[in-house]
Amino acid sequence: MTDTSPNPNDPLAEPIPLAPPTSQTQDIWRQFKQHKGAVLGGGFLMFITLFVLIGPFIWTLEATKLDIRAKDMRPIVWGLWSDEAKVGWNHPFGTDQLGRDLLSQMIEGGRASMAVGWAAMILSLLLGTAVGVLSGFFKRLDFILMRFTDLMLSLPLLPILLVAVTLFREKLSKTFGIETGMFILIVGVIGITSWMQTARIVRADVLALKEREFVLAAHSIGTRPGKIITRHLLPNVLSPIMVSATLGLAVAIITESALSFLGVGFPSDFPTWGKLLADAVQRMNLYPERVFLPGLLISLTVLSVNYIGDGLRDALDPRMRGR
Amino acid sequence: MLTFTIRRLLLSIPTLLFISLAIFMLLQLSPGDPMAQVPLTVPPEVKEKMREALGLGQPVYVQYWKWLVQFFWIEPLVFVDWATANTWWAGWLPDTGFAEGKLRVISWQTRGPVMDLVIQSLPQTFWVVGMSYVVGVAIALPIGIYSAYRHYSVFDQTGTFVTMIGFSIPPFFTGPLMIWIFAVQLGWLPSKYNTVLDVVDWDTFVLQMKQMVLPVMVLALQTTAQISRYMRSAMLDNLKQDYVRTARAKGLKEGVVVMVHVLRNSMIPVITVIALGIPAIFGGAIITENVFAVNGLGYQLLIALFASDIPTVMTFTFIFAILIVLFNLIADVLYGVLDPRIRYD
Repeated sequence: MTDTSPNPNDPLAEPIPLAPPTSQTQDIWRQFKQHKGAVLGGGFLMFITLFVLIGPFIWTLEATKLDIRAKDMRPIVWGLWSDEAKVGWNHPFGTDQLGRDLLSQMIEGGRASMAVGWAAMILSLLLGTAVGVLSGFFKRLDFILMRFTDLMLSLPLLPILLVAVTLFREKLSKTFGIETGMFILIVGVIGITSWMQTARIVRADVLALKEREFVLAAHSIGTRPGKIITRHLLPNVLSPIMVSATLGLAVAIITESALSFLGVGFPSDFPTWGKLLADAVQRMNLYPERVFLPGLLISLTVLSVNYIGDGLRDALDPRMRGR
Repeated sequence: MLTFTIRRLLLSIPTLLFISLAIFMLLQLSPGDPMAQVPLTVPPEVKEKMREALGLGQPVYVQYWKWLVQFFWIEPLVFVDWATANTWWAGWLPDTGFAEGKLRVISWQTRGPVMDLVIQSLPQTFWVVGMSYVVGVAIALPIGIYSAYRHYSVFDQTGTFVTMIGFSIPPFFTGPLMIWIFAVQLGWLPSKYNTVLDVVDWDTFVLQMKQMVLPVMVLALQTTAQISRYMRSAMLDNLKQDYVRTARAKGLKEGVVVMVHVLRNSMIPVITVIALGIPAIFGGAIITENVFAVNGLGYQLLIALFASDIPTVMTFTFIFAILIVLFNLIADVLYGVLDPRIRYD
């Protein structure tokens, strides 16, 4: 009998690992990279973020500057198939009926939409995590907080958002100035009305984690509840929070645009993507590109965020990893 | 099951009361003044009288109580009166006239009962939204079933991609996009919904169908995207189960295995999702109704909101809340009825 099979008593004969063990972060990243949509989405989100962040420094034309002589210009590609189209490299995306440059409006509007989206998402995550952890960890609070969450879930959210924004617009505009006031108001109402799903997910996870041995160990060496939450529970519920963060960003961007579209969002000289789209709808049969540009930007951003969420969900799920 | 249903029904009463209180308090906090439109030449004491006539001089709890009485007691009485006077199914009863001389919820815009507005706009919303939901579900289910059955095939991947797009494009973009393609460029369909169209003969019926196509399509796209994703993942979960292998091993035909064994089990969560999605689609219909000028609940709500017509806003928002609570209840009960493993004790 030839001695090819490794001897179980001889550790040196065991196959030598070819690569050093990988950390959890590396595993997650490797799984995330498998998801083509997620990688593309991540790339697009990064591109759009850079576009709105450093855009104004490269394309220095002001978004609100009126130039009535150069009004109603078409995007530069129109020149390819139509000779009489009014195009020019000074306004590559064209201009609107008051001669405002569309490219800088897109950049400016993207800044507003992304800022509202991120801020509202962070607010709703903070609220949702706080409610979820508190109701999962403290038995006394659980009943009342969860009933409150259920109640919030049965509120008609879009009508309530519309009501809240319309009713408080003037008051906050007076206190903080129109733009800051509207920003605070819109971020506030979106954040306050979208934390419930996060709270439910976090609560379910905390309830399961609370019974685990490491929490018991922490209890038995006298760790205070606050420390247990921050040291032991929060790091472990990070992955569902991240997934609901991506969903929250998409929802916040769409909600803000919807409010602007219905005419209760930011004032008209303060462009956001939704506002630009809404303003362009009246003249859509003549200048369809003014609807398509912001609409496409909103849709692509939301699409990429949703794909990132999908990829993250797969990557953070240990059962999916390594497949 | 019956006890559970009754318990849930009873529980929904405090929920609805709380929601109505929340909406009422929100509107109370509002700085919007219904007297803002009154000309400045009207002397202040007259203005004060007008304010009292609207019921604004009373303390908050009295106003809330009066609204509750009007909505939950007087409006049903009005309905009973109407039913006993005008309908075939209750018309044989003596005319009641319970609500004569009682004050109903009055709109500040039209000076007429808010319920009249609701009755005018509810059919429009139900037609467009209901039809879109039916169309959306009818498209979504086959897509979901087939893409789960042919997992990772070209059809599945295209389907997943298309549903992801449908999921991500907001209705206020698809709406104008559809109008531009089908109404402006091709000229096939009208871009606005004509609410006063009476369906009397074949031609008007065709016209009604034509004008419903665009709003229904826009709303159905969202429904399809959501439901086919759920259908697909539910089918995928069930296709891996042991009972499927057993069914195949017994020599059942593939069609029977998929369409009877797997589909029935996968429909349990999907039906719940379908029921849960109905209130959301009513909310989402606000945008679509505004794009196509459908004179439905959402459209009326927005008009009332801009006119600071508080009773109308309150009532309409509350009707949305009733729809949500009702369909949540239906979803819960359905889940228990369909899945005998679920026990509510």
